[in-house]
Amino acid sequence: MNKVIAKENLGKNVVRFEIEAPLISRKRQPGNFVIVKIGRKGERIPLTITGSDAEKGTISLIVQIVGVSSHKIASLKVGETVTDVVGPLGRPTHIEKVGTVLCAGGGVGIAPLLPIAEAFHEAGNRIVTVLAARTKELVILEKEMRAFSDELLVMTDDGSQGMKGLITEGMEQIIRRETIHKAVTIGPAIMMKYTSLLTKKYNIPTIASLNTIMIDGTGMCGACRVTVAGQRKFACIDGPEFNAHEVDFDELLIRLAGYKKEEKYNYGEFLKGKVAN
Amino acid sequence: MIRDEWRKELRKSMTAKERMAIKRVVMPMEDPIERLKGNTEVNKGLSVFEAVKEAQRCLDCANPPCIQGCPVGVDIPTFIKYIEAGDFLKSAQVIKQSNLFPAICGRVCPQEVQCEKNCIYFDKLNKEPVAIGYLERFVADYERESGTTYIPEIGKISQVKVAVVGSGPAGIAAAGDLARYGYQVSVYEALHELGGVLRYGIPEFRLPNHIIEFEIDNLKKIGVKFYTNIIIGKTLSHDDLKESGYKAFFIGSGAGLPKFMNIPGENHVGIMSANEYLTRINLMGAAKQDYDTPVFYGRNVAVIGGGNTAMDSVRTAKRLGAERAMIIYRRSFNEMPARKEEIKHAMEEGVEFLNLNEPVEYLADENGRVNRIKLRRMELGEPDASGRCRPVPLKDSEYSLQADMVIVSIGVSPNPLISMHMPELKVTPSGTIEVCGELMKANVEGFYAGGDIVRGGATVIAAMGDGRKAAFAIHRYLSGI
Ligand SMILES: Cc1cc2nc3c(=O)[nH]c(=O)nc-3n(C[C@H](O)[C@H](O)[C@H](O)COP(=O)(O)OP(=O)(O)OC[C@H]3O[C@@H](n4cnc5c(N)ncnc54)[C@H](O)[C@@H]3O)c2cc1C
Ligand SMILES: Cc1cc2nc3c(=O)[nH]c(=O)nc-3n(C[C@H](O)[C@H](O)[C@H](O)COP(=O)(O)OP(=O)(O)OC[C@H]3O[C@@H](n4cnc5c(N)ncnc54)[C@H](O)[C@@H]3O)c2cc1C
Ligand code: SF4
Ligand code: SF4
Ligand code: FES
Repeated sequence: MNKVIAKENLGKNVVRFEIEAPLISRKRQPGNFVIVKIGRKGERIPLTITGSDAEKGTISLIVQIVGVSSHKIASLKVGETVTDVVGPLGRPTHIEKVGTVLCAGGGVGIAPLLPIAEAFHEAGNRIVTVLAARTKELVILEKEMRAFSDELLVMTDDGSQGMKGLITEGMEQIIRRETIHKAVTIGPAIMMKYTSLLTKKYNIPTIASLNTIMIDGTGMCGACRVTVAGQRKFACIDGPEFNAHEVDFDELLIRLAGYKKEEKYNYGEFLKGKVAN
Repeated sequence: MIRDEWRKELRKSMTAKERMAIKRVVMPMEDPIERLKGNTEVNKGLSVFEAVKEAQRCLDCANPPCIQGCPVGVDIPTFIKYIEAGDFLKSAQVIKQSNLFPAICGRVCPQEVQCEKNCIYFDKLNKEPVAIGYLERFVADYERESGTTYIPEIGKISQVKVAVVGSGPAGIAAAGDLARYGYQVSVYEALHELGGVLRYGIPEFRLPNHIIEFEIDNLKKIGVKFYTNIIIGKTLSHDDLKESGYKAFFIGSGAGLPKFMNIPGENHVGIMSANEYLTRINLMGAAKQDYDTPVFYGRNVAVIGGGNTAMDSVRTAKRLGAERAMIIYRRSFNEMPARKEEIKHAMEEGVEFLNLNEPVEYLADENGRVNRIKLRRMELGEPDASGRCRPVPLKDSEYSLQADMVIVSIGVSPNPLISMHMPELKVTPSGTIEVCGELMKANVEGFYAGGDIVRGGATVIAAMGDGRKAAFAIHRYLSGI
């Protein structure tokens, strides 16, 4: 079960996997994620299902290496197995034909954005995409996103690729130019905060997919709680997508940083161990 | 009641007066200082000598009231008299007729409000009750360690398939009985480990994992199949299961969904549900060096609530090095729902009890991490619907307290996964699955449910009792008897 069928590097510290998961591949819809765990002592972490092939019984995942668990997954070789994979989790994206959809993806947020852009494209929408990253090497999935986009813009902080500037600047250009009916924003919480402030200014209905800390993914632990429209929601069962204009991003930012010290320490120890071995 | 000859002899071997003169056994315990250094079980279990002596106290009452107090009706005097007679394996068999997992229940049942509360010693004689729970645990441990575990006979093997959703006490009890009736039973579990709350909630110092594993292994031996990482309603729908030939379903999906108080600051970093805290420690091994999941180590830890979950959390925090580990509970010791023994153990371990207190707000430092709790004092007013005195806030009693970690343990709501995906299933306004009485039958043909998903939050033994009742109802449904 859960054997790695294929693996591909998509840039610096970003890896795509195709893994065997026949049951999940049949049920999966855009917006869904899985929780994976590597090894008996591993951590449970959420990853978006970026594609699936029900016939082959596989799903694809795109992982950015940020810490111990993502490192462990990215180190798996073809033929090895992911110890635990459970899903599909979360509510699927509500896909409809609205007209023009602006897809704004930052960093590894581009991975979860891909299947959503694909689904909106297939529903007959015009797709305008803005991808952003700090620098050229961190722009991932450009080719894949292009396939579903009528237009695609890349923004980098240092101008090493596409336009120099923040994602919001690229988005605003487009919003001023043409009517946008819906926006989808996925990326670091800080980016989503500012992209949704922007779309709010222009009254564009916007969905954001929240990357909270999770454990079980079934509504049992409450680690993923977020405040949306003043109410407590659990990202794993009520989300991960919410009306971006109602999300308390400041709280999300603080909660995401909650275990930073512990995680950094763990990753340091992990890397030391690797060198020692 | 006709008693066997051996039992009559046994009765006559001592006078009632002599029996009543024996003092209740004291459970040998790990020293409180030692306890805090690790996760070893606190109660060490009775020796053969202590067990036999305790068994002698039981008066073998003609109409034993203790049985009425047990939710599954264990034949208490019979199993105790087998202990007195020295036939511990037979004693285990007697318990297992009504309770498949005595090693678990002997450890976690709230005996003081169930079997032991009804014991004549306590109820009529104003003495300490017979230690029914300790004795139950004794025989179960004896049997397991003897290596000759009694595996119940299996009925006529049938090819009919039954699915069980959830591997908590309700699910495993249902699975055990269904396998004994001869069905092909598959248990589906959402998490990567089996046991439900027994595994991810109740800590090892109360219920060691090897005991749960042993019981689950025994179920595997009688043919029950277990599948982890499968969420019914997500990975597989009930229609998928029907298509692959399942004829009946037992839902034991438990209570998930932790409740919060909805007071300001409750989402600060360092504030979490008891489910999150205990899951990190018990399921994910967060406190062990080489496990990847992180956990906070609080210096001043406040646990909000007074139930078993609160006691387990506060005692865990103490074991993880908290200088102050505090229970903040809005009523008094009398109303506290936790097992009396756990409260006693918590006190021995240095847990502080701030009873008649209620948090009203949490404050945080510049990083968003909780650092203070605002509390107010309470007094007890008139009894409410639950019969417990209602806590009433005292005017102008607010004060604040240092805390760098807060664990909210004020209850859980039913797991919504199944009802979300089966809208045709009838649920109550609070989200529990509606079943019809003793049959545990839901409104959808072939569906039965029990445990916390029906009761909203109860006990291990009640969940097991439900599982067994449902198994019997399913057997009747499938075999047409
Ligand atoms: C619904 C959902 C879908 C996701 N999909 C993907 C995906 O498709 N691909 C992917 O690479 N990642 C995805 N993530 C994020 C992924 O789960 C985290 O990157 C992962 O948990 C990090 O684990 P780690 O042990 O490697 O790093 P850690 O040691 O846990 O963290 C390292 C650093 O990353 C930050 N971090 C921790 N958790 C998150 C998080 N959830 N989001 C953002 N930053 C975090 C920490 O603050 C820390 O600084 C998703 C998250 C959610 C909630
Ligand atoms: C910390 C703590 C301490 C406790 N202490 C005691 C005690 O000392 N004594 C006592 O009697 N009671 C105690 N209780 C209460 C007792 O544990 C519960 O009443 C009992 O476990 C309920 O059993 P259950 O089988 O209904 O559900 P659970 O034990 O909750 O098991 C349900 C299982 O179903 C799984 N599941 C849920 N949905 C799905 C799905 N859709 N598909 C597949 N699997 C699913 C869950 O992952 C879980 O493993 C305690 C509870 C807690 C939390
Ligand atoms: S199952 Fe629980 S209530 Fe029943 S006799 Fe045993 S310890 Fe007592
Ligand atoms: S009530 Fe007490 S003394 Fe009587 S049979 Fe039950 S355990 Fe024994
Ligand atoms: S991840 Fe545990 S409740 Fe959402």
